[in-house]
Amino acid sequence: MREPNIWIGSVGHLLVLISFVSAITSGLGYFFSQRKEDLSEESQSWLKFGRTSFFVHSGAVLGVVLVLFSIVYNQMYEYFYAYDHSSNDLLVQYMIACFWEGQEGSFLIWIFWNVLAGGILIWKSKTWEKPVMSIFALLQVILTSMLLGVVFFDSFKIGSSPFVLTREVLDLPIYNPAFRETYNPNFIPKDGSGLSPLLQNYWMVIHPPTIFLGFALSFVPFAFAMAGLATKKTKEWLRPAMPWTIVSSAILGLGIVMGAYWAYETLNFGGYWNWDPVENAVYVPWLTLVAALHTMLTARNSSSSLKASIIMLSVTFFLVLYSTFLTRSGVLGDASVHSFTDLGLSGQLLLLMGVFVVVAIWIMFRYWKFIKPDNKEITTYSPEFWTFVSATILFLAAFQVILFTSKPVFGQSPPSNPMELYGSIQGFFAILVAIFSGIGLFYWWRKINPQKSLYQTLALPILVSMVLSGVLIFFLENNEDLQKEFLAAKGQFGKTALAWFKYLLIILIIASTMFSLVANGSLMFQVLRKNPRLSGGAVSHIGIALMILGIMYSAGYSKIISDNNSGLVYNKDAPEEFNKKNVLLWMDEPNRMKDYIITYKGMYVEAQGYPGYINQKYVRSLANDPYKLVAIKDISYNDKSYFKKGDTLTTRPENLFYRVEYRTKSGKLFNLFPRVQMNGIRKGEVVASPDIRQELGKDLYTHVTTIYPDPEKGREYSETQEIKVHPKDTFLLNDFVAVLEDVKRVTEIDAQKLTENEIAVKATVKIIGKNAQYTAEPILLVNQKENKMANIPEILPELGVRLTFKNIDTEKGEMIFSADVGEKDYIIMKAMEKPMINLLWIGSLVIMVGFMIALWRRMKENTPTGKTENITQKEEELTNV
Amino acid sequence: MKPAHIIAIIAIAISIGFIVSFMGDASEYVDFNKAEDFAKKGKEKKVHVIGKLPKNPIGKVVGLEYEPKLNPNLFVFEMVDNAGRKEKVYYNDAKPQDFERSEQIVVIGSYNKNNQFVADKILMKCPSKYEGQQKQLN
Repeated sequence: MREPNIWIGSVGHLLVLISFVSAITSGLGYFFSQRKEDLSEESQSWLKFGRTSFFVHSGAVLGVVLVLFSIVYNQMYEYFYAYDHSSNDLLVQYMIACFWEGQEGSFLIWIFWNVLAGGILIWKSKTWEKPVMSIFALLQVILTSMLLGVVFFDSFKIGSSPFVLTREVLDLPIYNPAFRETYNPNFIPKDGSGLSPLLQNYWMVIHPPTIFLGFALSFVPFAFAMAGLATKKTKEWLRPAMPWTIVSSAILGLGIVMGAYWAYETLNFGGYWNWDPVENAVYVPWLTLVAALHTMLTARNSSSSLKASIIMLSVTFFLVLYSTFLTRSGVLGDASVHSFTDLGLSGQLLLLMGVFVVVAIWIMFRYWKFIKPDNKEITTYSPEFWTFVSATILFLAAFQVILFTSKPVFGQSPPSNPMELYGSIQGFFAILVAIFSGIGLFYWWRKINPQKSLYQTLALPILVSMVLSGVLIFFLENNEDLQKEFLAAKGQFGKTALAWFKYLLIILIIASTMFSLVANGSLMFQVLRKNPRLSGGAVSHIGIALMILGIMYSAGYSKIISDNNSGLVYNKDAPEEFNKKNVLLWMDEPNRMKDYIITYKGMYVEAQGYPGYINQKYVRSLANDPYKLVAIKDISYNDKSYFKKGDTLTTRPENLFYRVEYRTKSGKLFNLFPRVQMNGIRKGEVVASPDIRQELGKDLYTHVTTIYPDPEKGREYSETQEIKVHPKDTFLLNDFVAVLEDVKRVTEIDAQKLTENEIAVKATVKIIGKNAQYTAEPILLVNQKENKMANIPEILPELGVRLTFKNIDTEKGEMIFSADVGEKDYIIMKAMEKPMINLLWIGSLVIMVGFMIALWRRMKENTPTGKTENITQKEEELTNV
Repeated sequence: MKPAHIIAIIAIAISIGFIVSFMGDASEYVDFNKAEDFAKKGKEKKVHVIGKLPKNPIGKVVGLEYEPKLNPNLFVFEMVDNAGRKEKVYYNDAKPQDFERSEQIVVIGSYNKNNQFVADKILMKCPSKYEGQQKQLN
């Protein structure tokens, strides 16, 4: 057994210390360079010091990342981080995911992105480098302090090191000198505790780093705003900060959508958004960031927009810190599916927030007076007014969510019905967002066609969108949830009113998004003809409208397919309010549900190199290695042969798939394979994930809720019958008619040749089931030399029977079987249709395109010479919208 | 009055609205007695109740009723809240697969007219992952 490798962790810890110290020196260098007269020798030497320190800092951070990754990658379980998050059988791509499963790793990825952003700032930001980097370095000081893991006076802990040893954390007897006989401080666990199977998903490899990249980038415009104030260049910071605001909004938005898609695919709450605190914690700063983006567009012409931009950027960054605090301090406790354990950093996180609030407020307080007042008043018809309104809407939406998400901070329980609480209010704000994203852009039209009055420009789009929404509303399906609510209200005023309010929301969402689509659509075409670079706003607004519409349809009109009307009230006391969301499917017994006939077809497994799923009946597992299977039949996929009888397959034993066959009214057949994951080490974690069939107009979403047999307990048999029959005899088997067709000698079992001393006979029994005929082929094996008998029984999961070939009575010519009778295999599952969900994903892609167009334009605007790209007076004017 | 001021006033009014509803919706973790009080007073409020599953001397969870073959959408179980009151909880959904293994349970729901506690949602807290490992390592 190898000795624990202590030095690599010491190197890592040393690098953390270096990165912390160099962040401090870098910040001081930049700060003093800024204080001294520009271009003076002193200033230049401080600048050089600051830069060099930042490069040292970058190198150290990169080193920490590499050390931690090599610890995880090489499965060095003497380190708690590797032990806690990795395991021997973890695939390489998921080792990247376990890198940021822990809090230390997620801080590290944030620090790493900051290093990249800082590098770009040093390279590109010229005169802004000094003030911006002073603030940037401060953030790095505080973030790297989170990884220090230094304890003062036995109790005062700063940071949590990712390089602590397992023996320092786990209180095992083997690490305890009191147990003298077993004590061994050099003990290295053989295997890690593994990554939660939920996170073994490609989205989990890219979603968290995307979020942290968004967090890192959103700090840059805040740093610019603070730098602008502190250097009294109150407006000049807007132009260099703009691309950062756009790119951070885009990336944070992308990260949110990725998380939503992961939740939709992997979790089984039946949707993509659960208003979980961790989701909210990213959604809220994104809203305020986008609010800042809007006010920044007009901040050059209006002091109120400028002030609003500075405030919104500060609020965004504060919210990023606050959400970090919420999700890592343990205050949320049970409120979240994302379980971050408390590392005892709450105090430090609060301090972090405090430092930035104090610094930001002090800068604002001191330099606010240098913001020049406007020459002209804001009128209702100015772009400034409309961007201000849109920012206000976004801010209020953010305020509602963060207020209620913070309930546990005030010692209260989290909201008991988050879907309703957030859904209805955010739905209302979505309507405002759609309306104002249309109206706001009309000011652009007024500039293109100044001769037309506002009413003339508005009239046609309103008319067209009213007609379109009328058509859509006419074709709306019955809303089952609302109908139930109306019924349940039984005429009570409050509840009826609430149901009407929800119905009104749906209609208004359709009308407002149609308006936004028509207005922004026609605008987009006009702009594309003139100057495509200016179309970013219109394109993103189209994307938002599509998303809102997609969310409304898929959430509001989600239809339960597995409607169960056969539920017997077996329990007299059962409450009346019935949900009938789950249905029980016996294996191989078709059930009619809504527009489908659904049949559960059995358990399946996956195998490396095989494109589909393999019926568990076609493979046998090896007792000594759960990751290997042996094929007992030739296995092919779409007529292409993949495995021959006797081949060894590699599988993921924790994943089981339950094949559900759907037959549509028109006779079309397709299968869904919802998954159940078990984790071998974290016993007790049984997780069901859906399988989703994506069609153009809707998704069909299916997941299991209960399964028999339980993968951990196996099948249970209640009684055993003995059967003695002659070949060709008919008999009863668990109330089914069965015939012993034939008894034959075989020379191999499961593709394995028998030895000389072995004789095997196989019985073929045909059983007539309710819906199909089944064949059982139990085998009796005799070893002549050792005079021993063995039986290989056949399990018929569709019938709940295990048939064993016991013996042959040679005198009477009778075949002796024993039949164990138990439960037939079944699953309980939930299925639903989510209409128009593709609008949501398409919309989010369209927004990304819009952001990219806007970024392209702002980058051109920032080209240093100004010659390559002449910004015409007209464009400059159009900038305002 | 400037239009921006009107917007600001509306915004402040809406924010105050949120804060008022936030204060009014002061939901806390309660026990069954308190939840029953709410229902008797006619408040249709959903509450969070924290509790544990009763176990027999050999550590098996008792009081579970789930007959999926008859009705997969009704699961009845007993729960002891932190004040020690044992109550039957009705859950109109399938039984969660790993229900018995959970150490602590939070039910979100309310008493109905027949004085039955109906849970809309069950949150389960599984035993700390380290416990299982320690056994395995030893």
